[in-house]
Parts: sequence; C-alpha cells; structure tokens
Amino acid sequence: MTSSFLDNAFFRNIYCNLASSDSARCAGGGPFGDGLFPPGWEWFAFLVTAFLTVFVVINGALLGVNAYIWGERRLIGRIQGRPGPNRWGPFGLLTPVADLIKILTKEDIVPAAADRLLFFLAPFLIVVPVLLVFAVVPFGSSSWVADLNIGLLYVLAVLSVESFAPVMAGWGSQNRYAMFGALRAVALLVSYEIPMVLSLLGVLMIAGSLSLVDVVHAQSVPFILVQPLGFLVFFIGTVAEIQRAPFDLAEAESELVGGYHTDYSGIRWGLFQAGEFLATIAGAAIIVTVFLGGWRGPDFLPSHAWFFIKLTGVLVVMTWIRGTLPRLRIDQVTSFAWKGLLPLAALNVVLSALLSLIWPAPTNGELWIMVAINMTVAAAALIVLGQFGPKAGERPTPAPVSTLREATPGGGN
Amino acid sequence: MSMRTEPVTVNIGPHHPSTHGVFRLRVTFDGEVIVDVEPVFGYLHRGTEKLAEERTYVQFVTLTDRMDYVASMTNNQGFVLAVEKLAGITPSPRGVWLRMIAAELQRIASHLVGMGFFLQDLGAFATPLMYAMRERERILDLFEMLCGARITNSYMRPGGVFMDAPEDFWPAVNRFLDEMPGYVDEYESLISGNEIVLSRTKGVARVELDALINASISGPMLRAAGLAWDLRKKHPYEFYDRVEFDVPLAQESDNWARYIVRIQEMRESVKIVRQCVQQIEPGPIRPKEVPFLVRPPAGEVYSSIEGPKGELGYYIVSDGSIAPYRCKVRAPSYINLTLLKDMLVGWRVADMIVTFGSIDINMGEVDR
Amino acid sequence: MYGLGILKGFGVTALNAFRSPFTVEYPDRRVGLPGLARSAGINPLAFVLKRPKDALKAVLGLAKIPARSQQHSRFRGQDFTWYVERCTGCASCAKLCPLGIIKIVTDPSGRQTQEGEVYDIETFDIDLARCMACGICVEVCPYDALHMGSGFERARYGFPNLLITVDELKKAPKRPSTWFRPQLEERGYHPHKSGQADWRLVGRHERPTAGQLKRNWVDDRAK
Ligand code: SF4
Ligand code: SF4
Repeated sequence: MTSSFLDNAFFRNIYCNLASSDSARCAGGGPFGDGLFPPGWEWFAFLVTAFLTVFVVINGALLGVNAYIWGERRLIGRIQGRPGPNRWGPFGLLTPVADLIKILTKEDIVPAAADRLLFFLAPFLIVVPVLLVFAVVPFGSSSWVADLNIGLLYVLAVLSVESFAPVMAGWGSQNRYAMFGALRAVALLVSYEIPMVLSLLGVLMIAGSLSLVDVVHAQSVPFILVQPLGFLVFFIGTVAEIQRAPFDLAEAESELVGGYHTDYSGIRWGLFQAGEFLATIAGAAIIVTVFLGGWRGPDFLPSHAWFFIKLTGVLVVMTWIRGTLPRLRIDQVTSFAWKGLLPLAALNVVLSALLSLIWPAPTNGELWIMVAINMTVAAAALIVLGQFGPKAGERPTPAPVSTLREATPGGGN
Repeated sequence: MSMRTEPVTVNIGPHHPSTHGVFRLRVTFDGEVIVDVEPVFGYLHRGTEKLAEERTYVQFVTLTDRMDYVASMTNNQGFVLAVEKLAGITPSPRGVWLRMIAAELQRIASHLVGMGFFLQDLGAFATPLMYAMRERERILDLFEMLCGARITNSYMRPGGVFMDAPEDFWPAVNRFLDEMPGYVDEYESLISGNEIVLSRTKGVARVELDALINASISGPMLRAAGLAWDLRKKHPYEFYDRVEFDVPLAQESDNWARYIVRIQEMRESVKIVRQCVQQIEPGPIRPKEVPFLVRPPAGEVYSSIEGPKGELGYYIVSDGSIAPYRCKVRAPSYINLTLLKDMLVGWRVADMIVTFGSIDINMGEVDR
Repeated sequence: MYGLGILKGFGVTALNAFRSPFTVEYPDRRVGLPGLARSAGINPLAFVLKRPKDALKAVLGLAKIPARSQQHSRFRGQDFTWYVERCTGCASCAKLCPLGIIKIVTDPSGRQTQEGEVYDIETFDIDLARCMACGICVEVCPYDALHMGSGFERARYGFPNLLITVDELKKAPKRPSTWFRPQLEERGYHPHKSGQADWRLVGRHERPTAGQLKRNWVDDRAK
C-alpha cells in the first residue's frame, strides 16, 4: 500500500522532507538534504505524514461544510427573495461560526426515557463514515489520502454504515416522531441503495477498475455523457441517500417536527446537521469524481481548481433542488425507486454490458459512439417512462378502528 | 407470515410546526396510515364573544380583527354589516366601495397565506411561502396606507369606513392590480405543473359533496366539490351585484381542487377590485348622522358574508343599549374543521398535514 | 411528459434568484461598493479615490448604511403623541378605549383662577403592554390632543417599563401619525419627513385670533 501512498504528491513531499534518507522512495531527496529525521526513523516520518494528511483533509472537509452552509443559505435566500445571512463578518461568512458558538452553549437535553448509549452514539455515527469517504476522493491530479483499488465499493460500504445513525437516534430517543423518522430513513435507504449501486456498474465496466483514481483517468470523455442514465439514477440516488429535499422525509420538518433528531439539542443536534452537510459534500464529490471527470479540465487552471469548480456546481444544483421542490410521500418515494430508478439502472447495466462487450477497452472515438448510443437510449427510456404520469393517490384500506382501539387503551405521547 | 403490529397514538400539536396555531390532533397510526383522528381545540380561546357583551359596537370592531388575523378586513366587514342591518343604517356609497376594495384585497392576502402554508406543509422549503408573502406584503402596504395598520386593521365602522383613502393609495392599488395576475401565473408555473405536487395532492382526502353540505361547510372547500355557493352571488351584500365576477369551481373535492379554487379566486378578486376602483365616486365615507355610540333598537339579526375561508356570520342580539346583548360568530374555520376525521382516516402522516393545510383554517378564528 | 412541470419550477426559482430581495433590512443595510457610493451621492470611482478605507470595507462586504423605515404617514405607532396644551382632561379617550388602559387624573383646583375652566392633568398613563394600537382613543378625542405616534421601537424589558406616563408623554418628540387626522394630511404632514409638529399645527381648525375670540365670547354675549 505504501507505494500507492507515495503516488500522492502531497504525501510524498512531506514524507521526503522528513525522511529523505529513504532513498528507495525519495530519489533525489528533499530540500532538507538528509531530511529532518535520522535514518531508521522512516516509520515515524510516515506516521507524521499520514497524520498531517488526514488532518488537512478532515479539517478541509469541515471548513467546506461551513462554507457550504453559508453558501446554501445565501443561495436559498436569493431564491426566496431575501438576502440570506449577511450580518456576521464579510458577506455573512462568519454566520456558521456564530451558529456553532450558539449550538455549543446550548443545554444538552437527554430525554429521561432515552436509551442513552444509542442516543449518544448516533450523532457520531452520522459524521464519521462521511469523513471516511473523503479518504478516497482524489481532489487533484495527485492529491488523495488513499487510492484504494476497491474505492467505489469502499464508498458505498462506508456510506451505508451511515444509515444506522437515524435508526439509532430514532430508537434511542424513545420518541414517536423520532421513530417515524427512523423508519422512514430505513425504507428510503434500503430502496435507494440498490439502484445507486446498479447505476455504478456501467461506469465500472467502462473504466475497468474500482479505484476512483483510475475512474478519473478513464474519463477522456466525462461519464455524464457516456452514462447519462447512470448519472441520472446516481444523482437522484445520492440526493435520496443523503436525505435532502425532496427526499428529506426522515426529518420532514412540517410533519415530524425534526424526524429522528427531534429530541436532540445543542452540539449533538449540530453534529446531525454537520453530518447532513458533510454527506452532501461527499456525495457531490463522488458525483464529480465518477461522472464529471474529477480533476480533469483544460490546462489553464490547476487540477484542484477544476475539482472545486465542479464540486461547487453540483452543490449549487443540489441547493437549487432543495429550494424548489416539495417533499414526496414515503410510499411515492419507495415506489419511485423501485418502479422508476431500478428499471432505468437495469437498462443502463444491460446496455453498458453490451457496449463493453463490443469495445472492451474503448478509445476516445469509441467512447463518443457510446455517447451517441447511450444518449438516444436514455432519451427514449425517459420518454417512455414519462408517459406514466402522476397517478392520484389511492386510499389504503385501514384496519377497522374498533379492533385497533382495544389494543391501545391509553395511548398518548 | 403475519406480523403482530400495534397501533400508535401520537399527539400532533398543540405545539407542532404545521398545526397553524395551537391545535392538537390525537392521531392513531397503523404504521404510517391513520386509523383514527381526534381533534382537540380550545387552546387559543380568548372569549371574544363574551367580551363583545361589554364593548360598544365600534369597540368590538377592534376585537373582530383578532379572530381571523390573516383576514381582519373581512371580519370587520361582516361585523359592521350586521350592525348596520340591526341599527338600520344606510352606509355611504364611497364607504361601501372602500370596504369592498379592502375586503377583496384581504381575500387575496388570505388565499396567499393559505396557499403558501399549504405548500409549506407539502415540504417545499418555504420558497412558495416566501413568494406568497412577497405579494401579501404589498397588500399589507396598501392597508397601511388605508388605515395605518397592517394586520389588525379595524378599518371599518358602521356606516362606512373611518377614513378616506389617501391620494397615493389609488396609483399604488392600480400598480398592484396590474402586477398581481403575473405573480399568480408565477405561482402556477412553479406549482401547478409540478408533478410532485400533483402526485401529493390529487385524489387525496376526497370528501363527498353531500357530506360537505351536511356538515354545513362553506367557502372554497365547498366550491372545490363543485357547488357554486358563494354568498357574494347568492345574497349580494354591499355592492357585489354591481360588479362582475365568476365563481371558480372544481369537481374533484380533493386537496388539489381546494388549492386550484383558491388560485382562481385570487384572479377573480383582482377583477373585482379593478371594477371597484373604476366605479368609486367621491363623496362622504360615512353618514354624518351615525354616532360613535351606535344604539340599535332591541332585536336580533344574523348577517353573513363570504369570507376568504367560508361563510362568516355574525348573530347579534341587542337589548337597545350601546353594547350587544349577545354576539355569536359563525366562524368558517371552525365549521370547516368538522369533517377532518372523515377526510383523514386511511391516509398517511404526510397527507394529514397537507389536508390540514388545504382546509386553510386559522386557529384564532376556530377558538375565538 | 412527466418531469416537465418540475423543470418549469426550476426556471421560476432561478429567475427569482436574480431579482433583488424584497425583504427590508433593519436597523441597517449591508451594501456593496455601488450601494455605498449611491448612498453617499457620488459615483463609485470617485468614492474609491475619496474614501479608500470605506471603499475597501464595502468591497469586503462590511459596509452598512442605516435603513430608514418606509412607513406611511398614517402608520399607527405604538407610542402616542399628546399635547398637554390641547388636552382638557375630558377623559373621552379613557372612557372609550376598548381595554380601559388609559388612566387620567385631573385636578380642577390648580392654578386656574376660575374653577373648572382648565384642568391640570396630573396623571395620563397609557399601559402600552395592553394597548392594541386600535386608535379609538385618538378617534374620540374631541380636541385633537391625543394622536397615534409614528415610532415602532418601544420594546422594553418588563411590563412596568411599557407604561407611558404623563411626563414621558410631555417630553416625547412630537411626531404624530396622520391617522384619523385629515387636517394633518391636508397640510402634507409626514411624521418622519416634516419634523416635529407643534401643538398649534395639529388642530382641526385654525387657532382663533384674539379678535375672533373677543368677538365670539365677549361681544356676542354682550348682545
Ligand atoms: S390605541 Fe386602542 S387600546 Fe390603545 S389606548 Fe388607544 S383606545 Fe386603548
Ligand atoms: S386626550 Fe383628548 S380625549 Fe383624552 S382627555 Fe385629553 S382632550 Fe380628552
């Protein structure tokens, strides 16, 4: 694994400066000549380097959350015809900081009936897995924490750990609103995981690798063009997976007060919010990496800049969606996943499999032919699917009230 | 395999983001499906009807503002019409026109609020609500010009209104009338075609027309079921027989129909205000001979108007003194709530909130 | 087709994002460089040259200018404007306030030569905590002594501080609202633009001259 670590320019620079005696890995040495540490201390240099890298990435992600919270609030403000937060600091940039201070000074309330272990663990479980995702995201042509050869699988696995958090929070806080939210979250995540994973299969077939770095290298044509259906399904799936509008029914403010985090307050509530925004950034980063060509772009800007421009673009679209669309109902959400996205994803898989049988290692020209074929099929599929317009909701037959009444003599919240 | 399930009872409210005030619903759920609803209200009861018995007629106008606080002009109007009928006062024409203008503007404002919160309940991150508020602000600005207040207007008096409109009111109201249809188009293109809204509202919480009539429900809810019952047409009060307008109807009687009827009514109200502005003539705004202390003869009267939410009626008994002996308000919000259970059973949590929003109630009026 | 309506909605929200906000910022407004230059009344370029420090602040998004209220002259403010010179202590306002929150104590035996001619107002308390700004007290005042105010910044900590006492009424700046005072409107009075209004200004009638008074009260009676 070490060698792949050292493909990373950031990592190598630090490491070689600290331990340039490691001539096997750092040919030419660093600016400090023999390095800061004496020979034999390579392991320590390695540790320090690893720590620094992770430190930078995690704090970068958290700073990104702050910037994104500010940006989203400003943008939604403008969409709604108001200026958005503009009081604290230049253009209101310090508003998230002020919010954080406020949240930190709030009383931390724990319901008497809560299952304390689950209640305390849930907020951490929502933040940590998302931070882990950033480990494999290539931010630039040679900047990443780790280039795992199972990168995509890792992302999906780690993100699905996150879906335990709502359940733990909902169950742990012993509140019926929270329970509703938790159950909705489970239904949502179970339904959307499958089309999401399926939609990535097409990408894998063309790129021929699970590593996110290789996926970016394979994108001489951005995969949004080669895999339009895959992109559509993955984008919607990501929005659902991170539970943002219009799929925010697990927290559904107007229905369930706050859903699974109804009973949380203070910094624990803040962690839920941070987790949601972190997940949004992580999801957007994955979308950028897998479908929008990652760091690739014309040469006049450095690769990091391209990555962040694309990331901002995806985040703006997500915010725009949030500012426009109302929420779906739980049965509509799940049926949309099973009846709408799953067929599309399956079609995409079949089509990509056929195409990659014809062109096992596509060249640039062959990729453009794929674009044409896939686009046509995607348009046709969407038009066919679009004929099934919104149907009037059907009233499900409830159990007779009388029998149910007996089951709950008292009731109440 | 059969699962052993158990219904859950949840208290929605009295403090809940979408109960539109302090309202409590004890709902029994089977999973997400509603099996029983028990509305509990009275948390906002302030005894307005009792207070009326020790206030003079003009003093009570100020309290009618506080009943349906998003439609205070129509509340004023209903009350002063009842007093005029009781005391046999003939209002001045200019005052009547001004009252109609104010009432129709208020109807637009009230429907804007109804529509905005209905979509807020659907979960649209406050965007349509903010757009609705934007136009409502302009209406409130007009009210500020008329009477110096934005919400609790107390603008009307038996015999007319208390003060003529200022000079700058007329250009402002014309500008507003020119722009309002465009804004309604904007809501329509934001919402009316949106498939998510359609699938969330069409066919949801349908009630039969017979049930509505039996429960004496009125207003947009009734018109959404296909009955053209509008007191402005059926028993024209003020000068509603001198203006031309349509009564928007829908047949489906579901949440969508209630929404679309309100949207259409806003367009009709714009038309009415425009005709009022054209027909208004200079003159006194209330007859000089009407004293501040109205002293109607002993008797009783029931007078009702078409409020934004339904038939708003005042039943006043007078014993010949300066204060009503009894004043009963037929509050449309309260009566429109009576079918809540029939509308909700069988639907899901999310539908419950939306249906509740589509009835467009105001707790200040329900509890009075 | 399914989905087109949603796209239309996106169009509407995107259009609105480029409109200027309709909300009012209060008590001050954040402005950029063009806004600050406009409020100073010079063009941005000259502004940068003249006041580089402020210009830098504006570019950094830190500049603010006070936001003025745009209220109409009829706005019924929370504070009242009361003219001790005009008030006779008739207490019509106290009697007809729907909530009975005006407390008036008058003293007929003060400095006056003839008893009962003019009353001294010893107490004129308005309990703002319960006042609903309905304005009936103003409507019924026969001598145009009491007017609605034009302010809206009378939030205080605690109920006792919300009581407006007679001393405060006497000292308060006289910016009456034109609510129910058509005479003020006819004179084009605006509480925020025209400055304070003297007690002679706010009446329904011109103040009679000494000659008129003599004619009305002395000569006519002598007849
Ligand atoms: S404004 Fe109304 S409530 Fe306030 S003191 Fe005057 S009459 Fe009483
Ligand atoms: S303010 Fe007016 S109504 Fe009140 S006591 Fe003085 S003169 Fe009479």
